[in-house]
Amino acid sequence: MVIDQLFWLFFMTFILLLIEGFYCVTVTYNLFRILIGLEVLIKAVTLFVIAAGYLSGHLALAQSIVITIIVIEVVVVVVAAGIILGFFREFDSLNVKNARRMKG
Amino acid sequence: MMLLSVLLILLVLISLWAVMTPLLLRAAIGLAATSALLTMIMYQLGAPLAAVFELSVCAGLISVVFVSVVSLTHRLPLKEFMKRRQSRIKRFIFLPLLLVAALAIMLTIKLPFQLQLPAADKISDVRVMLWNIRRIDLFGQIMALLAGVYGVLILFRGRKTDGD
Amino acid sequence: MTYLLLFIPFAILILINLFPREKRTEPAFWLGLAVLVFQAGAVVASQFGYWGTILTSQLESVFGFNLQLYKMGHVLVMASALAGATALLVARATLKNKRDRFNFVGLLLVSLIGINGIAMVTDIFTLYIFIEVTALATFILIMLNREQAAFEGAFKYLIMSVVATVLMLAAVSLFILIGGGTSFLDVKMAVISDPLAYTALLLFLCGLFIKGGMVPFHGWLPDAYSSAPTAVSVWLAGIVTKASGIYALIRLMVIFGGLEPLQNIMLTVGAASIVIGALAALGQKELKRLLAYSSISQMGYIVIALGSGTVLGIFAALFHFFNHTLFKATLFANVAAVEEQTGTQEMEKLGGLAQKMPITGLTSAIASLSTAGLPPLSGFWSKLLIIIALWISGHYFFAAVAVLASVVTLAYFLLLQRQAFFGLVPAALKEVREAGPILLIPAVFLSLLIVVIGLVFPFMIQMVLR
Repeated sequence: MVIDQLFWLFFMTFILLLIEGFYCVTVTYNLFRILIGLEVLIKAVTLFVIAAGYLSGHLALAQSIVITIIVIEVVVVVVAAGIILGFFREFDSLNVKNARRMKG
Repeated sequence: MMLLSVLLILLVLISLWAVMTPLLLRAAIGLAATSALLTMIMYQLGAPLAAVFELSVCAGLISVVFVSVVSLTHRLPLKEFMKRRQSRIKRFIFLPLLLVAALAIMLTIKLPFQLQLPAADKISDVRVMLWNIRRIDLFGQIMALLAGVYGVLILFRGRKTDGD
Repeated sequence: MTYLLLFIPFAILILINLFPREKRTEPAFWLGLAVLVFQAGAVVASQFGYWGTILTSQLESVFGFNLQLYKMGHVLVMASALAGATALLVARATLKNKRDRFNFVGLLLVSLIGINGIAMVTDIFTLYIFIEVTALATFILIMLNREQAAFEGAFKYLIMSVVATVLMLAAVSLFILIGGGTSFLDVKMAVISDPLAYTALLLFLCGLFIKGGMVPFHGWLPDAYSSAPTAVSVWLAGIVTKASGIYALIRLMVIFGGLEPLQNIMLTVGAASIVIGALAALGQKELKRLLAYSSISQMGYIVIALGSGTVLGIFAALFHFFNHTLFKATLFANVAAVEEQTGTQEMEKLGGLAQKMPITGLTSAIASLSTAGLPPLSGFWSKLLIIIALWISGHYFFAAVAVLASVVTLAYFLLLQRQAFFGLVPAALKEVREAGPILLIPAVFLSLLIVVIGLVFPFMIQMVLR
């Protein structure tokens, strides 16, 4: 079945992107890079939603969902950027370890 | 299907570059490129409206936010940067290996999915979907944007000031 | 009615921003309070049938067969009104900066709209949107006065929230793939027919566990609670994490109640949360962190009640949900009073406050005992119902865990009381006085509610059990 093969292709891409994102979030100490990892995760899931809509023939629903996801994603990124800038102003660094040291 | 596979492989590779590159600015550019590729995939799949949103908002607006964050935070001294880079390489070297391993496992097992697809949707126009059927989602979007406005007002203010 | 609950806070939110900059803080406070009073009034009025038909007909389209269950939206709306009013009063007394107080009202209204949305949705993706709106407003609230620790708390919450987003949206896309829609009915059809959709449901539940701070994913919760300003902690602990995580779980369990493996997951996660939360609370040195771990433990009771899979269990979960709002809001209001008067919330530096602050001491004792489940306070009845529900459905081990853990709950609250409110007054605290009326009103009101509900409930229990 072509559909099953296509689904498997999308699924593999989804899993690989998830691995990249989670690896990036867990391994790094840099706040900005954590945000990059989170963005990769959201990209992965956006792709998956569109793929699901395409495969099942509900592309209109999937598109409207993706548009909403994108709007929410922007707000999340802006808020995260605000937190990162505030952190930088407080600690003069983007490294999370600095904050932990401050806390003692 | 051929073109789609190439695009998906490129998507994985470019996002890998975005995650692994040592310079923050390059990471931001890599993410924008990932968004652009995602746009192409969406267009290929026949979702042009979502593709436009992805291109203008994610590849455009979010990249602007990222680049301004990078430029507002200062760079490390070169020596410190090289030291960090060494430790980064040690930490990130396992990621490509992990990806290859995951890919190999998934190619060999290939779960036997028997997808039973639902009946196709009666509404095929995304505008009708968003404005008539899912109007509550639009309300939710407006609220999320309002929260974003408050976020800009509060978080991007300078240091704590006393009084109003 | 359903639309009013969304549009009235929205209109007020626009309205308070139209006032001139210098004079807007006071009207914002009063208008915000008016919205919350309206919410509470709307719920009470609908009990007497004014708006009941309109509200329930909306909810009925999803699950309109059981009398206790379609009142569940009312429980959330009422609880958010109570917690919100407490948070507003605490903010008035504790936030010194005028602009912070104004922004607090605005963000509270935004997250209130999110919570009201959660109470009324009939679509799994819309549920996600409102959860996310609530969460977004909350990140900013935690950062409100930009303390150093708040950066860590808010960012941790944001990371976990995005991870939850990924899980939930992956589930949503699988539902589209299999069921072709995202409304609760479509999802239910998909879950019954296909094991893949069942996996998707588990992913969605994991997302909700993260949002509600259940045990494998509870790491962000104590940081977020303790680093936020106390007024925000009232709002967070009183309703936000519960609405976005636990209430959504209750809602889904009402729809998918009969599925056996789902119940086992609920029981395990609930029991782990109860035990780990209670044990971690024993070792805390700060009041707010202790209350945060206590929240994890109490959320565990709600989830374990859902795991029993009976109607009684769901009723008990909702009742405990409401009770938790009452006693957690009281306790955080007390923490605000203590912090305001003594300038610290570390338990080692406190002591003997019951002599200096008698009303705060009394209300915190009532709320603590209610949390620990002592009769005749309201917390006793909800815990009793949870244990009965578990026992009737044959989960004897989990019933025993619930009983034993409430002993631990009693232990850490006695520890708190002894450290903070009894014993000798340290020299540094000789001059401490009772907090002002703004901080006492919500605490006294909520503890009165605890006592009254506790006393009245036995007379209603016959009706409820039938």
